[in-house]
Amino acid sequence: MSYIAKPSAHHPALPRNALGLTRRDYEGSMSTLCAGCGHDSITAAIIEACFEMDLPAHRIAKVSGIGCSSKAPTYFLSRSHGFNSVHGRMPSVTTGANMANRDLYYIGVSGDGDTASIGLGQFCHAVRRKLNMTYIVMNNGCYGLTKGQFSATNDKNSPSKKGEANPFDAIDLCQMAIQLGAGFVARSFSGDKRQLLPLIQAAISYKGFAFIDVVSPCVTFNNHPASTKSYEYVRMHNMASENKLDYVEPKEEITAEYDEGTSTSVELHDGSQLMLYKIGEGHDPRDADAAIHTIRTNAAKGTIVTGLLYVNEDQHDLHDVLGTDERPLNGLPMSELCPGSKALEGINARLR
Amino acid sequence: MQASEIAARARKRGRTPPTDIENPQYFHKVVDCQWACPTHTPVPEYIRLIAQGRYSAAYMLNWESNVFPGILGRVCDRPCEPACRRGRIQVGDEGNAKDPSKKNAEPVAICRLKRVAADYKGDIDNLLPAIPTEKNGKRIALIGAGPASLAVARDLMPLGYDITLFERDPVPGGLMRTNIPSFRLPANVLDEEVGRILDFGVKTLFGAEIKSLKAMLGEGYDAIFVGTGAPKGKDLELPGRKEAAANIHIGIDWLTSVAFGHVEKIGRRVVVIGGGNTAMDCCRTALRLGAEAVTVTVRSPRKVMKASDWEIKDALHEGIPILDNHAPKSFVVKDGKLVGMTFEKMVQTGVDAKGRPKLEASGEIVTIDCDDVLMAIGQENAFPWIERDIGMTFNEWGQPAVDRKTFMSSIPGVFFGGDAAWGPENIIWAVAHGHQAAISIDAYCHGRSLVDRPKPGHTLVSQKMGIHEWSYSNNYDPRNRQAVPHATLEASLKNLKLEVELGFDDKIAAREVERCLNCDVQTVFTDNLCIECDACMDICPVDCINFIENDDEADLRMALRVPALNKSQDLYVSGPLKTGRIMAKDEDVCLHCGLCAERCPTGAWDMQKFAYAEAQAASACLSHHNAYLSA
Ligand SMILES: Cc1cc2nc3c(=O)[nH]c(=O)nc-3n(C[C@H](O)[C@H](O)[C@H](O)COP(=O)(O)OP(=O)(O)OC[C@H]3O[C@@H](n4cnc5c(N)ncnc54)[C@H](O)[C@@H]3O)c2cc1C
Ligand SMILES: Cc1ncc(C[n+]2csc(CCOP(=O)(O)OP(=O)(O)O)c2C)c(N)n1
Ligand code: SF4
Ligand code: SF4
Ligand code: SF4
Ligand SMILES: [Mg+2]
Repeated sequence: MSYIAKPSAHHPALPRNALGLTRRDYEGSMSTLCAGCGHDSITAAIIEACFEMDLPAHRIAKVSGIGCSSKAPTYFLSRSHGFNSVHGRMPSVTTGANMANRDLYYIGVSGDGDTASIGLGQFCHAVRRKLNMTYIVMNNGCYGLTKGQFSATNDKNSPSKKGEANPFDAIDLCQMAIQLGAGFVARSFSGDKRQLLPLIQAAISYKGFAFIDVVSPCVTFNNHPASTKSYEYVRMHNMASENKLDYVEPKEEITAEYDEGTSTSVELHDGSQLMLYKIGEGHDPRDADAAIHTIRTNAAKGTIVTGLLYVNEDQHDLHDVLGTDERPLNGLPMSELCPGSKALEGINARLR
Repeated sequence: MQASEIAARARKRGRTPPTDIENPQYFHKVVDCQWACPTHTPVPEYIRLIAQGRYSAAYMLNWESNVFPGILGRVCDRPCEPACRRGRIQVGDEGNAKDPSKKNAEPVAICRLKRVAADYKGDIDNLLPAIPTEKNGKRIALIGAGPASLAVARDLMPLGYDITLFERDPVPGGLMRTNIPSFRLPANVLDEEVGRILDFGVKTLFGAEIKSLKAMLGEGYDAIFVGTGAPKGKDLELPGRKEAAANIHIGIDWLTSVAFGHVEKIGRRVVVIGGGNTAMDCCRTALRLGAEAVTVTVRSPRKVMKASDWEIKDALHEGIPILDNHAPKSFVVKDGKLVGMTFEKMVQTGVDAKGRPKLEASGEIVTIDCDDVLMAIGQENAFPWIERDIGMTFNEWGQPAVDRKTFMSSIPGVFFGGDAAWGPENIIWAVAHGHQAAISIDAYCHGRSLVDRPKPGHTLVSQKMGIHEWSYSNNYDPRNRQAVPHATLEASLKNLKLEVELGFDDKIAAREVERCLNCDVQTVFTDNLCIECDACMDICPVDCINFIENDDEADLRMALRVPALNKSQDLYVSGPLKTGRIMAKDEDVCLHCGLCAERCPTGAWDMQKFAYAEAQAASACLSHHNAYLSA
């Protein structure tokens, strides 16, 4: 934590987006996380993504649980809606908000403890319900906020900082998400913004449940040489499934050379595209079985597959499934919101 | 981001080598103000001393560097201010005097703060260097008592030289006395700082014009320093010049006459010809001598006027119209007396290769009625007293050839400096020349090489006090540049000697000092400590820091988070990091806030104070600098 606030002065030539804003306008208050925390880097990528996508802050809701990771929404988008909920309860709060107002972009930020331990049930049901949201896990393999206890995503062969062995196998949140029906599943690394940024942009554009598991080293409790979630280990064992990802907004023209054999593009609901280069050697991200196979075989070798792992371009989100009104609740007139006791009687009669 | 970037990377041509931070000039250049100052005054250090209320120490650091802090704190040409990094970050609301469509940048008010040190200092007599009573046996003659000669005297007296100063005028100071009006530079300020040097025991001969260098060479001095300035004002030979001579004055001569009280009034209507600072001093002086209508005419457009922005503003503020694009044509004479001047209006037809406006006569003639004309169209050097048969080499412009490094002429032992060396400059350059000439004179008198210049002193020391604590005020203060209070217009115009600028008081100064970014506290990067966590890049408020693939410098500059288009500012480039990328920092608008170092988990960044002191002839004149180097 610093004594001074981040100065308001910015580079005089800082680029502005279509809304006339700079990326500085998407920041939050200054981080109080440890210096070098991977979470701060993910925060920076979220800021950059929203800036580049010209998103107005008031169209975004950021929701989180408890943990260093769940504190992170304070550090971006200070002008957006936000809800810092109870430990592990980010999914249900987001579900409620999303049901009430489908017009907002929901960015859920959670930790591996918040999601894979206390919040595992909540997580499963948000996926299963295909909630239209971007769900980011800042995964450091430990409970950072409570001083570094093993979390459920910590690899079995990865001891604590003091050498204590971890007796349990890790939960792989990406595999789980694919199995439970998530439409967009990716894994990335806080230290690789070039990969992380387009993934966040595509996840925000994706209509349905978009999940990104971001390995995010905890510099204080889980960045030691034997940890499999350290900067060094992840850099040495990162197997990117694409050479390069490009997020191309609907308004942009695709200018890159595009080689059918080694590249493919994923069309997102708003017309934007995620270009994947040199996927030829890897798996097809539209194939859920292949994705799970790739994750598992690599994990067995100690490598971490990153990039876009799985995508279902035809997913329908929870509103589609339930056939809810096109309008958010705050856009409905009182007469429709509360149609009166007669209408209630009608519903009750239908269910008798 | 588009995949065209992949192709761009494939086209990669070269690599930028890591920055050599062992070379003291690298970090020196980052300290924009100090780098731009001809005497390399340690500006941020003295500003911190003012912030601490240590005015005497701030004064002494200045005095050692630039010899005349009280004078320069008022009238310095202040090359440091346009260079100041703060000015690239903050633009104010005030329009520029030459181009009102452009808002002025807001550098730190370095010059006004210098004056604060001078105004608020205590007794400094006991802080001055000791002058040996036992002399070193070498006799030096200084010709002219302007700032150049005085700086040479200041630097050589503590070494035991026997110095004689010859001055044509009855008082010392040169143009600072005779041409800079006292409403900008009061006599008591000049007397104090000039007197301090003469009191070291300089032998002075006033009213002593040197008429022959040949004779001077025969006097047996070990070295002679020519600091006679550029004393000749240019004239305009136009129709009517002779007939109207009684009412046409050369600006600098006229200002001298005013300074010595020989001229106390001027006609009712005055025209000043010229667009430089001399013209601004002439018109404001004329107003104070009782002229009712003073008009400044300039041949070229306002945009390219030579005068400083603030001097033009002061003249405009006093209600003096400045008519640009007016080319003087003739003096109008009636009954043997000047009654007006005619001008032909010029029109701009484009710009020349150097970007200067190309002007053409429009044929439109304008007449301005006037009773006196002041000509302020430039100065040139004149050396009628240097014989052409004594072995002095003169260059193609008829000026003595002087070596740019050693300041020695073609006659061994005869040195030049100030305006006399290469034409009119300003006080701070005259002082810088004086320092260098003193080094050469000392080397010459002791048979050492003049070409091997003594090296500057420099140190680099961490400013870390605690996890998030630094020894300097690292917070960015968004405040605007503080305005300087002025005497009322009414009082000013009535009194030739009343100083117009009142200077900052201690409260204004306390606000202004916080605007300084402490550019001497350097961001120092140690590449083998970096784990590439991006924390510094993400926190940097001005997007200076990049982790990027190496490339040749031109491409690297364009590939940064914010392209580094200001080529006058360096890139700080590291060696390869673990991922093969490099760290590249654009020094241009770094706030020196230290947040990169605070957010770095490994200490790969540190904030270290770079102290830098130019060498001088006498180390006794650098005792405060030595303390600053070792602090
Ligand atoms: C109107 C005007 C305003 C200016 N305003 C500023 C300003 O605001 N800020 C700034 O930095 N600069 C200003 N300058 C420029 C500055 O004054 C000079 O650049 C500076 O004084 C040069 O110093 P110097 O020591 O080389 O010579 P000078 O100051 O010119 O001193 C030379 C001295 O040598 C004497 N001398 C000449 N010939 C002989 C001889 N043969 N024998 C004996 N003595 C001789 C002269 O009488 C004079 O005293 C201004 C100049 C003018 C004309
Ligand atoms: C209901 C409840 N149980 C336990 C805690 C204590 N607690 C706070 S944060 C945390 C773990 C957070 O881990 P993670 O989500 O991985 O976040 P990190 O700090 O590692 O980013 C725990 C167990 C709590 N705040 N609330
Ligand atoms: S303890 Fe770990 S997770 Fe928490 S802020 Fe520090 S580095 Fe980040
Ligand atoms: S000191 Fe560091 S963080 Fe601050 S502006 Fe400079 S490079 Fe950026
Ligand atoms: S914060 Fe430190 S370790 Fe992290 S990238 Fe910057 S210099 Fe490297
Ligand atoms: Mg965690």
